[in-house]
Amino acid sequence: MNVTSIAPAIELKGISKAFGPVQANKDISIRVMPGTIHGIIGENGAGKSTLMSILYGFYKADKGEIFIGGQKTTIPDSQAAIAAGIGMVFQHFKLVENFTVLENIVLGAEDSGLLKPSLKRARAELKSLADEYGLNVEPDAVIEDIGVGMQQRVEILKALYRKADILILDEPTGVLTPAEADQLFRILGRLKEEGKTIILITHKLREIMDITDTVSVMRRGEMTATVKTVDTSPPELAELMVGRKVLLQVDKKPAEPGEVILDVKDLNVTDDKGVHRVKGISFQVRAGEILGIAGVAGNGQSELLEVLGGYENGTGTITVSGEEIDLTGAHSDGQSRRARGIAHVPEDRQREGLIMDYAAWENTAFGYHHDPKYQRGILMDNAAIKQDTEEKMGRFDVRPPDPKLAAKNFSGGNQQKIVLAREIERNPDLLLIGQPTRGVDIGAIEFIHQQIVALRDQGKAILLVSVELEEILSLSDRIAVMFDGRIMGERMPDATDEKELGLLMAGMTKGAA
Amino acid sequence: MDFYVIVQLADATLRMAIPLLLACLAGLFSERAGIFDIGLEGKMLAAAFLSAAVSFATGSVWIGLLAGIGASLSLSLIHGIASITFRGNQLISGVAINFLAAGLTVVIAEGWFRQGGRTPSLSGAARFDGIDFPGALTRIRDKLQASPGMQFYSELVSGHSILVYVGLIAVPLSWWVLYRTRFGLRLRAVGENPAAVDTAGINVVQLRFAAVLICGVLCGIAGAYLSTAVQAGFTKDMTANRGFIALAALIFAKWRPWHAMGACLLFGLFFAIDNRFQNIQLDALWVVVILVGISALLTGYALRRDKIDMLVLGGLSAVLTVIALMLWGGMASGSEAGLFGSLMETVKLPGEFIQSLPYILTVVILAGFGGKAVGPRAGGEPYVKER
Repeated sequence: MNVTSIAPAIELKGISKAFGPVQANKDISIRVMPGTIHGIIGENGAGKSTLMSILYGFYKADKGEIFIGGQKTTIPDSQAAIAAGIGMVFQHFKLVENFTVLENIVLGAEDSGLLKPSLKRARAELKSLADEYGLNVEPDAVIEDIGVGMQQRVEILKALYRKADILILDEPTGVLTPAEADQLFRILGRLKEEGKTIILITHKLREIMDITDTVSVMRRGEMTATVKTVDTSPPELAELMVGRKVLLQVDKKPAEPGEVILDVKDLNVTDDKGVHRVKGISFQVRAGEILGIAGVAGNGQSELLEVLGGYENGTGTITVSGEEIDLTGAHSDGQSRRARGIAHVPEDRQREGLIMDYAAWENTAFGYHHDPKYQRGILMDNAAIKQDTEEKMGRFDVRPPDPKLAAKNFSGGNQQKIVLAREIERNPDLLLIGQPTRGVDIGAIEFIHQQIVALRDQGKAILLVSVELEEILSLSDRIAVMFDGRIMGERMPDATDEKELGLLMAGMTKGAA
Repeated sequence: MDFYVIVQLADATLRMAIPLLLACLAGLFSERAGIFDIGLEGKMLAAAFLSAAVSFATGSVWIGLLAGIGASLSLSLIHGIASITFRGNQLISGVAINFLAAGLTVVIAEGWFRQGGRTPSLSGAARFDGIDFPGALTRIRDKLQASPGMQFYSELVSGHSILVYVGLIAVPLSWWVLYRTRFGLRLRAVGENPAAVDTAGINVVQLRFAAVLICGVLCGIAGAYLSTAVQAGFTKDMTANRGFIALAALIFAKWRPWHAMGACLLFGLFFAIDNRFQNIQLDALWVVVILVGISALLTGYALRRDKIDMLVLGGLSAVLTVIALMLWGGMASGSEAGLFGSLMETVKLPGEFIQSLPYILTVVILAGFGGKAVGPRAGGEPYVKER
């Protein structure tokens, strides 16, 4: 490719964007040549979607320049992005559910005030696009009646109907079955042949390797590398994505595993979109040990925690301390789980762990509000809860130690400590803990890790899910790696390294690589 | 009942349905765009007052109509600013508008005219008169003797004020705008999924404001019709909850223009029955049969539905059955003819019962008797951009 004569389809120079104190994008530069497929890979929260939202006019960058086809362009809104030839297929489709395919495609790109001529032209255009790119859709079908695969094709057609030359796809395979994903990749290949430029955002390494020409890796708002796909490998990408952090050594004695507390057999989870998320996994966690589940986000770990926590349905057998628990129905909820000695620190503390507008003392009582010591007759004993919260805050070093402060006014680390205090102090037999230190400052990380180890030393079983490989390696007594809803293998932390785990996280066993 | 009575009833039905229909279409535009509007009532009331007041002051009903539309539009604008620009709660804003209108109209009317919160009587050019079509009979005596076709033409087709015809034309026009124009496609889309509209490069805020303003214009006409065509002047609370009934009709019609007309005509019929027949006399047998029949119907329907319907509809059926039994018991004890013979006697339906019919219908519809009503999916939700 002669770089000097062809202008890049898209060039970003020094894009920065901050939301309050959070730097979502930090000085990002990227060049994408026309007629190529460029992958952007990174963990959840790495800033991929923010970057693409800037490109599509949803956010305005604080700093930086955008060049489209060599021309400096400003993109104040979606209309400008469309005019610049950019089409976007969002992770959550932006379709009107009870409109037909044709109406969705025409919406916003009508020829005139009357609909009929627009629809007629769109119908003809749709037919030629379908022939050209193999994008078959039923023009008169209503969106809510067709499958996600076809819905996605409608989104692509929407972009092409608006004469997009640059197509951005955000996590396009997240909702697709493997067969549908293959079909999507064939379509993308076809679009590339016709000279379209495609940007593919994903956290799945295999997709990047299969289909892209070049790939950029993002981590914590920064672009850590841009390489040709042929020159890289999944383990290298995995390492770039997950990254190396300051090594946090956790002082712990060797584990003394006791009896089996959690026994999961052949667990399957299908989400409400019909996607098979967890595919027949089995494992055990013993008293006095920490089982760490590693994996790139979105490979079924979240769903595993949700089933165990009681707010997602599953099939299979799960026993806790020798007794089976319900995976569906009325006794599959958080209340029943707590009654069985399971405590849960959810992955997303702001959405599932706390109510952000409520005070710390109210948050401390959630889930345990039936506790007799919180009751006075038929009323809640608020004074007792506040007293209890204050003591917990002292023990867990929550700053500021003010029970009346709303949860949203604490820092990420202190919010996490509030959740931990609530769950750990219930003296559970089994603690489920997801992403314990996501968005938590270094000092709090150390404290949280110590608490987890201390709980293990009391002989409790702990299931730790984290996308931070470092955390998994330093905390776990045993490590299981999940990929695509399956457990790829179990390793002991002192007999493995990041490289081997990275391979497993990319879905490859040693023999295959 | 001879044919002329039926024509008269249809005529009254139409007259009573028009303000409901205009308000219902107003609500339809607003809610189809995703903005709930519980303030239809307040807007109608404000329009009714200002159009009557300005008509009286200027002597021209047309200027009055414009003033009424202006009053309604300004309240719409408040609703729009509160709920679209500032993303406030649409129900609260609507309720506030209702209170504002109910209070302000009376206070201003009293300050302006000093007639106890009403406007002076309108007459002549300050009021919308019926338009008589060519060849239509105008005198009651002539109509009574005319052929059925002529009765139909003279009473039902001809003789309404211009606003009645405006209301009728508004139905196909609304349908056409919603389903046959670019604006309509976008309006329906923004009520279903504003994110889709936004990413398609269309301004969500402008679109929703347009819908809310159309709602204001239609509510304005509805209010003006009440005070300058049906009545000759404004009286306190003269809208009599028509704005809320229009909302019930809108739900019954599942947010579709032609169905809205059907629903409003049904409500209009009940109002017309109340207007035309203050005394309805029926055999006690029929009253009992109708009441028990309706309760059986309601119960049968409620049984197939959720708990809340069981509660509402079941309760309503129980009340109706008790009324029927009490009536029968009362008849039997006060009559010589015995338990069954008393069923053949005539009873007079209480006027209050007839009056309450439209409101009972509202409760029944809102309890879900009209089938499952799924409104616009983004209804009531302020649009906030997300990535």
